[in-house]
Amino acid sequence: MSLVYAGTCCHSPAITSRGEMADPIVRAQLLAAFERQRQAIEDAEADAIIMVSSEHFANFFMDNMPTFSIGMADEYEGPIEDPNWLKIPRTTIPANPDLSLRIIKDVIQTVDVCFSQEWKFDHGMAVPLHFLTPNYETAIIPVNINCQALPISPLQRCWELGKALRKAIDAAPERIALIGTGGTSHWPCTPDSGKINNEWDRELIDHLINKRKDALLAYCDEKVYQDAGPGAFEMRTSVCIAAASEEQSGEVWFCEPIPIYATTCCITTLFQL
Amino acid sequence: MSLYYVQKLLYHLNRDPAQKQRFDDNKDIVLAEYSLTEEELHALKKPDIGLLYVLGVNGQILMHYATMNGYDWPQYIQSMRDGVTEHGPVREGLYAMIDGKGAL
Repeated sequence: MSLVYAGTCCHSPAITSRGEMADPIVRAQLLAAFERQRQAIEDAEADAIIMVSSEHFANFFMDNMPTFSIGMADEYEGPIEDPNWLKIPRTTIPANPDLSLRIIKDVIQTVDVCFSQEWKFDHGMAVPLHFLTPNYETAIIPVNINCQALPISPLQRCWELGKALRKAIDAAPERIALIGTGGTSHWPCTPDSGKINNEWDRELIDHLINKRKDALLAYCDEKVYQDAGPGAFEMRTSVCIAAASEEQSGEVWFCEPIPIYATTCCITTLFQL
Repeated sequence: MSLYYVQKLLYHLNRDPAQKQRFDDNKDIVLAEYSLTEEELHALKKPDIGLLYVLGVNGQILMHYATMNGYDWPQYIQSMRDGVTEHGPVREGLYAMIDGKGAL
């Protein structure tokens, strides 16, 4: 078939681990936006979800850090974090290795990607899946972009990854949804944890939904670090999704700073049939 | 400076329960398996979470070692602030990108 839905969402572990500590009205709005995205994926009758995230040293380390990696396992497991801390039960997540193989074989024609037949999801995947596929009935194909260890993936290459993913998706007979997770301002696990730059976040989201390629690729890593913290390097996941859905403008379904979750939580839809 | 091996040890402790058990049983035997400076050995054994942060350990790895050593979240954050005050800016890695002081 082709791409049937694309969007982005937040993945802060605090959404589940410290969930009830947020303003209840704002939290209810966030959960309603997650539910709207879950429903959109269900309405699109997606056979599989390709989820683009930036993991946090759960599977990949600097002995062999892939710039990009795509999962090709028979099944996945997550969360890798303590389930009692994250408040998401550890479970098996369904895969589709045959579809993964076809996607990888297509993408690798233009973008060098690694593949992995073993992958444990951390909160970057586990939190979105908890809300978007709560019954774990949809096959997931994980994609990782290195946003953690220098040198991180160049924004231009993340755009090209998005283009390559779209071409591969459109060549597959399955109905496929594409989700990117993370990428607003945050300073995770540092002395500045909890700081948020909501103005920076809103500008980024505006560029994303309007698919302003030049503006998105003009971000400079040093300036991003200074203005929005190292966590904002995860904007690469959103840039990838914007590239894959460039022909449509998107919508913001939720975008509010939630200090106890240490970031601006955003949910956007970037492509719908 | 062997930041890579400090982070590799902590990555192994976070991911590998058997290595974590060996570390709990005898730290010196496990530490000898990694190429570490005297300063790094001191920071790991004490543990000095603030110094590990200043040495450049990524917080996504370091927070788990802090938890492993009984730090709650506020203690972990404060230990990094104290580390910068005591030992100066972050010396290497991601957090040294600008001036090593973050937004402090």
